[in-house]
Amino acid sequence: MSAVLEVQGLSKSFGGVQAVDDVSFTVEPGEFLALIGPNGAGKTTCFNMLNGYLRPDAGSVKLRGQELIGTPPRKIWRMGVGRTFQITETFLSMTVRENVQMALISHHRRIYDIFSRATRLYVDEANALLDLVSMRDQSARPCSELAYGDLKRLELAIALAHRPALLLMDEPTAGMAPSERIALMALTAGIVEREGVSVVFTEHDMDVVFAHAHRILVLNRGMLIAEGSGAEIRANPTVQEVYLGGGTVFQKEADHA
Amino acid sequence: MTLFRRTVLGALAALPLAALPLTASAQETIVLGEVNSYTRLPAFLEPYKKGWELAVEQINAEGGVLGKQLEVISRDDTGDPATAIRIAEELVSKDGAVLIFGTFLSNIGLAVADFAKQKQVLFLASEPLSDALVWSSGNKYTYRLRPSTHMQAAMLAEQAAKLDAVTWATVAPNYAYGQDAVEAFKRELTKLKPDVEFVEEQWPPVFKIDAGSTVRALEQSKPDAIYNVTFGGDLAKFVREGSLRYLFEDRDVVSLLTGEPEYLDPLGNETPEGWIVTGYPSMAIDTEAHDAFETAYMEKWGEKPKTGSIVGYNSILSIKAALEKAGATDTEALLQAMEGLEVPSSPTGPFMFRAADHQSTMGAYVGKTGLVDGEPAMIDWFYADGADYLPSEEEAAKLRPAE
Amino acid sequence: MGFYLAQLLTGLANASSLFLIASGLSIIFGVTRIVNFAHGSFYMVGAYMSYTLVTLWSGSILGYWGGVILAAAAVGLIGLVIEMTILRRIYRAPELFQLVATFGVVLIFQDLTQAVWGAEDLLGPRAPGLDSAVRIFGEPIPEYDLALIAIGPAVLLAIWLVFHRTRWGVLVRAATQDREMVGALGVNQAWLFSAAFVLGAFLAGLGGALQIPREAVSLQMDLSIIGEAFVVVVIGGMGSVTGAFVAAVLISVLNAFAILIFPQVSIVLPFVVMAVVLIVRPYGLFGKPGSEHGAPVEPEQPLTLMGQKGLMVMIAAVFVLALSPLAVADFTTILLVDVMVATLFAVSLHFMMGVGGMVSFGHAAYFGVGAYAAAMGVKYFGLGMVPSMALAPFCAAAAALFFGWFCVRLSGVYLAMLTLAAAQILWGVTFQWQDFTGGDDGILGVWPAQWASSDRVYFYIAFVLCIGGIWLLRRAAHSPFGYTLRGVRDSRTRAEAIGVDTRFHQWMGFTLAGTLAGLAGVVFAFSKGSVFPDTLGIALSIDGLIMVLLGGIHALAGPIYGAVAFVMIEDWVTRLDYWRFIFGAIILVVVLLAPDGIAGGVHRLVRMIRGGKA
Ligand SMILES: Nc1ncnc2c1ncn2[C@@H]1O[C@H](COP(=O)(O)OP(=O)(O)O)[C@@H](O)[C@H]1O
Ligand SMILES: [Mg+2]
Repeated sequence: MSAVLEVQGLSKSFGGVQAVDDVSFTVEPGEFLALIGPNGAGKTTCFNMLNGYLRPDAGSVKLRGQELIGTPPRKIWRMGVGRTFQITETFLSMTVRENVQMALISHHRRIYDIFSRATRLYVDEANALLDLVSMRDQSARPCSELAYGDLKRLELAIALAHRPALLLMDEPTAGMAPSERIALMALTAGIVEREGVSVVFTEHDMDVVFAHAHRILVLNRGMLIAEGSGAEIRANPTVQEVYLGGGTVFQKEADHA
Repeated sequence: MTLFRRTVLGALAALPLAALPLTASAQETIVLGEVNSYTRLPAFLEPYKKGWELAVEQINAEGGVLGKQLEVISRDDTGDPATAIRIAEELVSKDGAVLIFGTFLSNIGLAVADFAKQKQVLFLASEPLSDALVWSSGNKYTYRLRPSTHMQAAMLAEQAAKLDAVTWATVAPNYAYGQDAVEAFKRELTKLKPDVEFVEEQWPPVFKIDAGSTVRALEQSKPDAIYNVTFGGDLAKFVREGSLRYLFEDRDVVSLLTGEPEYLDPLGNETPEGWIVTGYPSMAIDTEAHDAFETAYMEKWGEKPKTGSIVGYNSILSIKAALEKAGATDTEALLQAMEGLEVPSSPTGPFMFRAADHQSTMGAYVGKTGLVDGEPAMIDWFYADGADYLPSEEEAAKLRPAE
Repeated sequence: MGFYLAQLLTGLANASSLFLIASGLSIIFGVTRIVNFAHGSFYMVGAYMSYTLVTLWSGSILGYWGGVILAAAAVGLIGLVIEMTILRRIYRAPELFQLVATFGVVLIFQDLTQAVWGAEDLLGPRAPGLDSAVRIFGEPIPEYDLALIAIGPAVLLAIWLVFHRTRWGVLVRAATQDREMVGALGVNQAWLFSAAFVLGAFLAGLGGALQIPREAVSLQMDLSIIGEAFVVVVIGGMGSVTGAFVAAVLISVLNAFAILIFPQVSIVLPFVVMAVVLIVRPYGLFGKPGSEHGAPVEPEQPLTLMGQKGLMVMIAAVFVLALSPLAVADFTTILLVDVMVATLFAVSLHFMMGVGGMVSFGHAAYFGVGAYAAAMGVKYFGLGMVPSMALAPFCAAAAALFFGWFCVRLSGVYLAMLTLAAAQILWGVTFQWQDFTGGDDGILGVWPAQWASSDRVYFYIAFVLCIGGIWLLRRAAHSPFGYTLRGVRDSRTRAEAIGVDTRFHQWMGFTLAGTLAGLAGVVFAFSKGSVFPDTLGIALSIDGLIMVLLGGIHALAGPIYGAVAFVMIEDWVTRLDYWRFIFGAIILVVVLLAPDGIAGGVHRLVRMIRGGKA
């Protein structure tokens, strides 16, 4: 009962493709959980079912014991689940700070206010969040001008705006330079530690995964094929086999170890 | 090149900034404001414009009216009633027009009439046919020249009553004019011949007729006769599809306005023969007044006059008569002059404006369509005096709202 | 039996005509994403050209068909010239901006056609060898109808072969499905676009040319076909030629039978069918998700609150406007009222299109409902001017609430077309329901109350309402509500992920825009003294669209520039001969000089001047 998130028998198929097949796992409070797997394994689909963008064919998702299936994303967000996207989703016609302010405005339930000036609301809170992801110096820039890595960090700031209990991060470091990746995940890990947020993230960079994840789930062709600590996963023969084809990174990592 | 120069010069002259009231010229001329849908309906309004331009030229050559030259400021309302009203306002308040005339579409006629009432200025509606203009929405400031829907329908009903036909089908464009025209015809024909029966109605959208389907729907009801109100492009399609599908074989057709050259000429050698129509046989009219008009018109414009030409010409004749009778240009004097105003001579003969309902008694020509030397023409026609097809003045007065 | 078969054949013949023009429109949209208003002009010019050629070579079968093909080819050539000289320069402009250019082309062609062929309708010869009717089950069927019934599917087959058997066709299909891919394929995009435009123009010209034996060629042909052609394209699914064919058959056959039962239905039938199809299938019958949006464009710049200087300029401008009745003549006061009404209307449309990302082709509906509600309040319910003015915007709000609920379920061009359908249905009802709305004779005598009847007093009423409305919308655009609306436009996914009910929010945005359009309608009604169905009509909706796009959709000031420019230019230019040509040319010049609209042009000018000084 102490788990933040309980996933049971989650399944989804698109036409003939079984994208997610009977996946079950739990997320503990303050846990930093990695969901890995080759491209097309079903990670994004999984996320989309966790926070309401997709309706699963079967299964259940419970947040602190409360069923989420059938609840729209906006309500799930209000219940304390934040989300960043594999392909970033931000408001390109706004500045960096305004993007964060929007999340704050919504969090404070003021989106129907038609008289205040949006840019003047929650400026300090937004700045604090931008500080957190080291984006403060860019706060006045149009979002459309940002480098991809910065967009990812901005998304993190947006996702943290309503102090979520659970954060779903889909490939948060894709498109970043290796040093940036380490920094961002270290930052995230720090937040997990301090705020007690639980995080589920997907990631291709195994350095990042093994450095920070408390626990790792491995997905392949929609099925959960392994679960465990970094060392356990590295030693798992099925995982090695899955990654032999295209996953040279993993191979290298395994060799290093 | 000249066109370009004219356009540019016109453009400069028309700049709103340069347009302080032209007081100097206003004293030597009498300014008449004219509004019409020139770009929306050029086929009908080009002849009309040529008609009034001719009249103005002739009158001015003879020394004008009240010792002053007539000047018409003519504007295009683009077919939009709101624009028409803005223009009317400008004509009156900026250009110093003593009255407004013109309009073709009924809704614009009604809008300008209502404006005239509000701003207390005389409006002579030249072309709109709507009965409402002088009856249900009539007002003190509005007069109408052309024979109305009711009058033309009554002229046709008179002829239709002489036919053996008992069952009738109607086809009319789906808007106020079409609806009024059908209603008036039904009413008048039933009055004259109570046993007639109307078995089918078709209401194609104006200028978008699906002629094939409409013809078939009419055919299905197997009427003895058909009453047609479509005109312009719709008429051409209707005639083509109808004759292809034998709709008009052994059937009487009575058709509103189809004898007007604007509508008849485009039908060319496909003109159906023997339709009973109202219209204007143009070159065939042999009165002295008409010959003079015809010659002058041909000379100036190099083409034969059409219905619009007559309406434009008679509009100016009416205005001239009103100005002369009033002896002044203020609205009160003009309104008094308009009541029962006689226009003793016009190409279509004398007519007058009835005091009771402000409708002129200008008539129309009733006859049959046919081909003369391969050209469409009206044959066996006669002039139907408008006065004979109007309710009495007492009855008409009751149709108008209380002042 | 024979009767119904004959009716079906009549419907099918009409369907072929409609398909020809719609297929071209669909191809052009599919490849270039241009909403081509000039398509009706191509159709009309095709008809006129073929009239000339066919009359010249009359009598021979070869002469007839040769004339038809030659006319269509000539129209294709005209299309090429337009594409290369105008459209090609503005493909990168904001979504739908090209529509303004095509509108300019429409105006130019109206005057050119009249100058060349004259004002009178022209009835061409019938097709040699196909000039009578044959009897099928005893019913006379025109031979030419049968020919058309064959031509439609033949053209469909030809297009299908071109699209599936030639490299060019494959590229066209690829471009229609995935625009990003075209660039990636290393295809010469300019060439592909030109070719698609030429093919579309050719088909429109062919459609017009083939009408010669059926109808008189007239100057109304362009506008009378374009609405229906769009409807067919949308029902079929934008970019789908097969869809256009099915939709053309659906509409035409339905109409052929429906008028047997409801003779008055033709006016609204296509729009009702379109509304139903879009509600059930949001991308039309054969359309695919993604087919609804224009070319990808540069994202908009963030909004900025007005600076000290800007604020002063604006206050000064409003002040001058407020004092103007004291200085100018009465008629200018009236023109200024028109300008303010148009501006509020354009700003409300911009709130929906620019801020909300919901393009509307039928915004006049709410303007008209406002105007009618005010008129009826005064005339039928005996309310005074002030109560009517207060009540009418709520009627517009109710209409927007009702239609908006359906519209926000769609997006892009489909949403736009559903707004058009809504407006056309309202228009049709107003037009036909004579007892209630006065039909096209309208409602007269809607003048301001006695105390407000002077031009000057009414100016101030209009001033307060319009400037107030504009201020409110501007304020709303800067508010959390407006920001959220822009957020939904930018990224629905992100908006949803921060707790926004995106549909509901758009619905409310739609309603707010409709309400203020209604307010503009109210001011309008009392300034003109009468209301007519035109106030709900396509023409007004399009005027609004032109104002917003011409002004610059990416700036809050855009619609203000656009509306002022539009009304002033129109008022001035209609005094001239050939004003449509001149107006169209002015529009094209502005479009080419400022592909980001007047606001963008002004912005660049200001920067240039500042840069020059520094
Ligand atoms: N909307 C969709 N429609 C059809 N197939 C989809 C859709 N979304 C994902 N898929 C398929 O589901 C599988 C899993 O995709 P995804 O969850 O994106 O994988 P990952 O995020 O692990 O790379 C893939 O085969 C993908 O093609
Ligand atoms: Mg993924």
